[in-house]
Amino acid sequence: MVRKNNQDQKGQPTPAAPAPSTTEPTEPAEPIPEPKPPVQVFYCAVCTFPVEYCEFGSSLSKCKEWLKDVRVDLYERFYSEDALQAKIGTMSLEAQSKLEKDAVEKEAKADAKADAALKKKLASQITIKRIERNKRKHVTAIHGLEAFGVDLKKAAKQFASKFATGASVTKNAQGLEEIVVQGDVGDEVFELIEKQVGVLKGIPPDNVEFVEDKKKKSEGA
Amino acid sequence: MFKRFSLSSDVSGQTPVKSSIQRSIRNAVLSQWKIESSTLEVLWPKKEALTHVKCKDHLSIYAVQGEPIFFQHSDGPIYPTLRVLHRYPFILPAVKVDRGAIRFLLAGASMMCPGLTSAGGYLPPDDTPLEAGVPVAIFTEGKEHAAAIGITKLSTIEMRKVNKGVGVEPITYLGDEFWAIKTV
Repeated sequence: MVRKNNQDQKGQPTPAAPAPSTTEPTEPAEPIPEPKPPVQVFYCAVCTFPVEYCEFGSSLSKCKEWLKDVRVDLYERFYSEDALQAKIGTMSLEAQSKLEKDAVEKEAKADAKADAALKKKLASQITIKRIERNKRKHVTAIHGLEAFGVDLKKAAKQFASKFATGASVTKNAQGLEEIVVQGDVGDEVFELIEKQVGVLKGIPPDNVEFVEDKKKKSEGA
Repeated sequence: MFKRFSLSSDVSGQTPVKSSIQRSIRNAVLSQWKIESSTLEVLWPKKEALTHVKCKDHLSIYAVQGEPIFFQHSDGPIYPTLRVLHRYPFILPAVKVDRGAIRFLLAGASMMCPGLTSAGGYLPPDDTPLEAGVPVAIFTEGKEHAAAIGITKLSTIEMRKVNKGVGVEPITYLGDEFWAIKTV
């Protein structure tokens, strides 16, 4: 308790420290400079830019739709006829039309890219590999989870606690990251993916394939 | 600077910053930015520990509660992140580019002098000039918020006089890979 009191007392005089606010002429001169409130910026949920910059992003039509849904007043401010007229400002008409054309092109490109990424995602395989350590001991390597947006570290943690064994994220021979779980748990991992447990949500079980990797006898020699 | 940047490949480690070093960073921020200590206190409370995110190529990002607040390249000036600048737009001196330059700016291009000196642009008047190598907030014609943070390559007087070539080089801008990082 004593300590807390101390801190409170210490904390109070700090806002009264000097730094007179000369930069803001609009504010009346105050004896104690209050912390200036932050500017509230309204960001677009689609392209993450401040909404006024949506027109320069790669998803203008989607941004427009979204803004119309959430904030009609802002939509009117940025995309009504008057606003469009005023916006052109000092730019030549030619440059403006080029900008608009660019925006459309950019959007088409971004869409195509997103499509390709989605296709690739759906096509990517997850391999569950059983690797023999010695005669009756195995580890299971799970590869390809990251394509589905799974945080590998979290997934490894989940496997570790689920199977009560060690699980880690390691780089394999190709330099790609995979999860290595101790013990022969391939079937159980597949079950977890089928049930979509925890972080494994959204992984299609059809894309999972099993591989067995046996230690060759000649390897040691 | 952040054209190629990702948390998984470029970050080499995160460490809490010693309180004595925090103090010196705080003083550096207060002297470099136009910010009062009471305002900085809201952004970065004294009780909150600062995290130093060390990245490759001598880049340091400093974060409070997982949110990047500012960054620094080796011993260079301390830049706020763009999101912080949006909240406190007065901490850096402002320049403005005309509307034609916005799309190039958002692609990471250097800002040429004519874009700053034209009717839609803005440079501080000659009686309060900026030197070369000063961090600035790059605002844009007809927009309320800053689009980028840059560093001047010429003094503003020279920009007006020469009116050619690179005037301001962007460090981080809307939509680059650093903008995409919201938490570390």
